[in-house]
Amino acid sequence: MNQPLFNHASYNDYLSQRRLMGSRCVKDGALYLPPRALCAQDFSSEMEWVEFRGRGRLAAFSIIYIGPDHMIEAGYGRETPYCAAIIELEEGPKISAQLLDVDVFRPETIHIGMSVQAIYIQRSQETVLAFRPA
Amino acid sequence: MKRRRLGRGVAVVGAGMTRFGSFPGLSSRDLFVDAFQEMLASVDNGFHPQDIEALFIGNFSSDLFEKQGHTAPIYTDWAGLLPRPAVRVEDACASGGVALRQGIQAIASGMYDVVLVGGVEKMTNLPTGKVTDALSTAADMAYEVAPAGFTFPGLYAAMATAYMHQYSATPETLMRVSIKNHENGALNPKAQFGARIRDTMTAKKASLVKKGLPEPAWQDELDFLRDERANPTIAWPLRLFDCSPVSDGAALLLLVSEDLARSITDKPLRVLGTGQASDGALHNRASLHSIPAARLAAQEAYAMAGIGPAQVRVAEVHDCFTIAEIMASEDLGFFQPGDGGLAADEGLTARNGLHPINTSGGLKSKGHPVGASGVGQVVEIWKQLRGEAGERQAPGNPNIGLVHNVGGSGQTCAVTIFERI
Repeated sequence: MNQPLFNHASYNDYLSQRRLMGSRCVKDGALYLPPRALCAQDFSSEMEWVEFRGRGRLAAFSIIYIGPDHMIEAGYGRETPYCAAIIELEEGPKISAQLLDVDVFRPETIHIGMSVQAIYIQRSQETVLAFRPA
Repeated sequence: MKRRRLGRGVAVVGAGMTRFGSFPGLSSRDLFVDAFQEMLASVDNGFHPQDIEALFIGNFSSDLFEKQGHTAPIYTDWAGLLPRPAVRVEDACASGGVALRQGIQAIASGMYDVVLVGGVEKMTNLPTGKVTDALSTAADMAYEVAPAGFTFPGLYAAMATAYMHQYSATPETLMRVSIKNHENGALNPKAQFGARIRDTMTAKKASLVKKGLPEPAWQDELDFLRDERANPTIAWPLRLFDCSPVSDGAALLLLVSEDLARSITDKPLRVLGTGQASDGALHNRASLHSIPAARLAAQEAYAMAGIGPAQVRVAEVHDCFTIAEIMASEDLGFFQPGDGGLAADEGLTARNGLHPINTSGGLKSKGHPVGASGVGQVVEIWKQLRGEAGERQAPGNPNIGLVHNVGGSGQTCAVTIFERI
């Protein structure tokens, strides 16, 4: 077996190459992002890698003023809140990510359903998936 | 849905809890012993603690909050109940509600006749930031917290944006839930917050004037709650008064097989039905403006009980955030999807409303020591169904009550229905 394991480590390796990769069940076509090794629909373990285009729409969001430690370390806080979002990708799966380049002090300008595009940002030593308006 | 049933009848014959709040100097074992003593005192016809055969104790994270793991035998020891088998049950904020189900199953199976069910959490030793981080571990750290920076207020806030988008609800609807729950909590001597929001507003006005500052122009509670200085945003659109507090507390129930119930108390509560379901991270759910696991748990509990939502006279629901109560009122079938906000606006969930919800003050006002909350809910139903809730008693001699306890953002939900017999 020479393809990467369908797990979190491989997902992160792909992100560091600025690629958004998930898995697809060969038998029933179910898509998983992040990738899984076992299909939750038919219990098949026959998976293949699939690359997502990184385009989607905003499904839900919040402007967070009191974040977890790693976001505080990244410079966010009460005076510098950030937008945490759930994005529905064109291919179907939804994913949680930071939404950048929106006016966090005017949340009424951020609309559920708006088109977004994946970007890759550096946080500490890691490449992290984020989105911005398309 | 498959209609499950209990192997034999199970009844609650005793219930007690500590006050919920911030108690410096009291550890979780102190709280457990305090609640144990009150539970014993609640048993009408006498009962010997030595008759307890096993313990099921909900606790989310004594490890992170108190640096103490393996707590179940410690509580058992300090309650004088060694060497009985004891299990710590962890399903985040649903730990208590799930411990209750474990206790119910232990009796229904025929293995035990008398079981102690508990919930306990000691949260206030840590500064707020560390509490936020500890609670975050109940979400998916790899795929929700790390990449998006989601916190629990943030996850429920995201559900609020989805709900408001779907049904054109406003932040004022959320505020009315908070006002209502504080009204109820002000009548509950066990509640962390004993003040109505109107009282808090009046006190704040007086304090500003006393400091020589201009008197704020708040006309009513909604004005007060809309003011960013009085009610700061935590995770937009949720503000401070939309969030349950950080709390210490414990709650305990005595469960027995139904045939023993009448010898122990004159007014036992029979378990009519119970259900539980699991789910994935918030982003993996088909619906972001309801909690699918709550719908499934409720369906299972109603099917076992052989009743529908209309027959439930009082309910304690998991209002860790105001939006959660509105979604719960729909997920439990009290109101149609999208009508929960309107129902809150119109007072239908008030003590004297069509569907009284959170007469205790809910997690919002009573407090939310996470592992204890699901058991604390049953303590309120115990009082309401026995007509012992004092000033906050729901009218009409309610005989059927429901508890709804959610873990995380809805990865776990347990629903249990009781009937006074």
